[in-house]
This record gives sequence, structure tokens and C-alpha cells, in this order.
Amino acid sequence: MWYYEKKLQYPVRVGICNPRMAKFLIEQYGGADGELAAALRYLNQRYTIPSRVMGLLNDIGTEEFAHLEMIATMVYKLTKDATPEQLKEAGLGEHYVDHGKSVYYHNAAGQKFDMGVQSKGDPIADLYEDIAAEEKARSTYQWIINISDDPQINDSLGFLREREIVHSQRFREAVELLKEEQSKKRVF
Amino acid sequence: MSTSRKWYIPYVSPYDPCPPLGPISYETPVQLYLGFQPQGMEQFSPFEALAHGTLWPGLFTPYTNPYLSKRGELNTDG
Repeated sequence: MWYYEKKLQYPVRVGICNPRMAKFLIEQYGGADGELAAALRYLNQRYTIPSRVMGLLNDIGTEEFAHLEMIATMVYKLTKDATPEQLKEAGLGEHYVDHGKSVYYHNAAGQKFDMGVQSKGDPIADLYEDIAAEEKARSTYQWIINISDDPQINDSLGFLREREIVHSQRFREAVELLKEEQSKKRVF
Repeated sequence: MSTSRKWYIPYVSPYDPCPPLGPISYETPVQLYLGFQPQGMEQFSPFEALAHGTLWPGLFTPYTNPYLSKRGELNTDG
């Protein structure tokens, strides 16, 4: 089960009224390598991973939901005070007709969230998938920062990018743990 | 020499509906350990290489059905 803390993992400040940014940010909400895909992938994979690294997938999967919430906050702040005309100009006309001002799980190109979440049931294949996904999410954050001129949003995105780096490192360590020879004596 | 299969014992609940399957295996093939392939590694004969799918015994990691093989040495810390 989960406990909920009624605050964001890292503060989200949006300094510039630019609804177009919401269209780009939504990639990390409902995109193939976005936070929702990551959370669902890790929490699903944890059942068929050796016990030693099950907790890691549980913890990182949980943290991804905290990131999802930060992205949702950014998107909502950028769209809640926009007129339908402004949303149309920002390329969010279709989004508005379909979902109003609700945030929604689709990617920057408007494709609905793909439930084809990767999970192979082979510990090595799954962890390599996860490392690749973290690197892809890291680069998505870089491309969004490049396209954004809002230093406050970029501060929050910089935090999220750093978390991708830490997660990638932890998954790499998990691979090393699973590679360890079992007859080997461990000395501490 | 690395082993290409590892075993762990998953948690068994007293309330599991089915009898425990016992140790679970997963594959750790040789490419996880080799790094950059060194020059001059021992080679199969051309005929063996065709049959094995690789020229090098050092890259040959055949797969067998773990459910049929004898359970490997166990790692109790999972």
C-alpha cells in the first residue's frame, strides 16, 4: 500500500505564461518514456525480479508517481487560465475539445498513452530496458529545457533530470548485483 | 569464469494457494561479463562455428530449459 504526503517532491514554480510549454511537457506525462510509463513499468516488473532488487523497483516506481505529479502541476498551471483561443494557438485545440482543461495521458504529438509498457520477466532484459528508459527520459528533459525560456520551470526540470541520472545508476548497480557469482564469498 | 545462470529463492507465504516452485533461475549470459572482446580469443573450427552461431567458444552461452535441469547451487539471500 502507499502513504500520501500532501506536497510535491520538489517545488514547481512556473514563471512565464506560455501554454505552449504544456504541450511539450505532456510528453513526460503520457509519453512512451514518461513518468507514468516508468512508474507502471517498475511496479509491474518488481514481481518477477530477484528479491535483492525488488525493493529498488518498488521505491523508484513510487518516486516516479511523485514526478508525474510535478509534471501534472506544471501542465495545469500553464493551461488553467488560458482561454480556448489561447489553447488553440498553443496547439492544444484538440486537447481542449477532447478533454477540456483536464490533464490527460498522451504524448507531445497527441497520441494516447500506450499501455504497451515493457516487461519481459527476464531480470537482465528488464533492468537494461529500465536503464535505457531513464537515459531517454533524461534526454527528453534536456530537450524540453532547451526549448523553454522559463528559468523557474527549468529549475524543476533540472531536478527531475538529475533524478533520472540517479535512477539509471541504481539500475546499473542492480545489474551488477544480479551478475554476482553466488558461490563468491562476500567480504565487508 | 562466469556462470550463465543464477538462482534465487523467492519469498514463500504460508497463504500461497499453490505449492512453492522452489528456486527461480535467471540467465546472465557471457556478454554481461566480457567487456571489450580481447584480440586472439580461441576459435571454433568453421564447421563448429556455423553450428554454434559464433566463432568463439568464449561467446558461446547455450540455453537449456531450467525446469528440466538440476537445480543449481542456491543463494539463500536471494
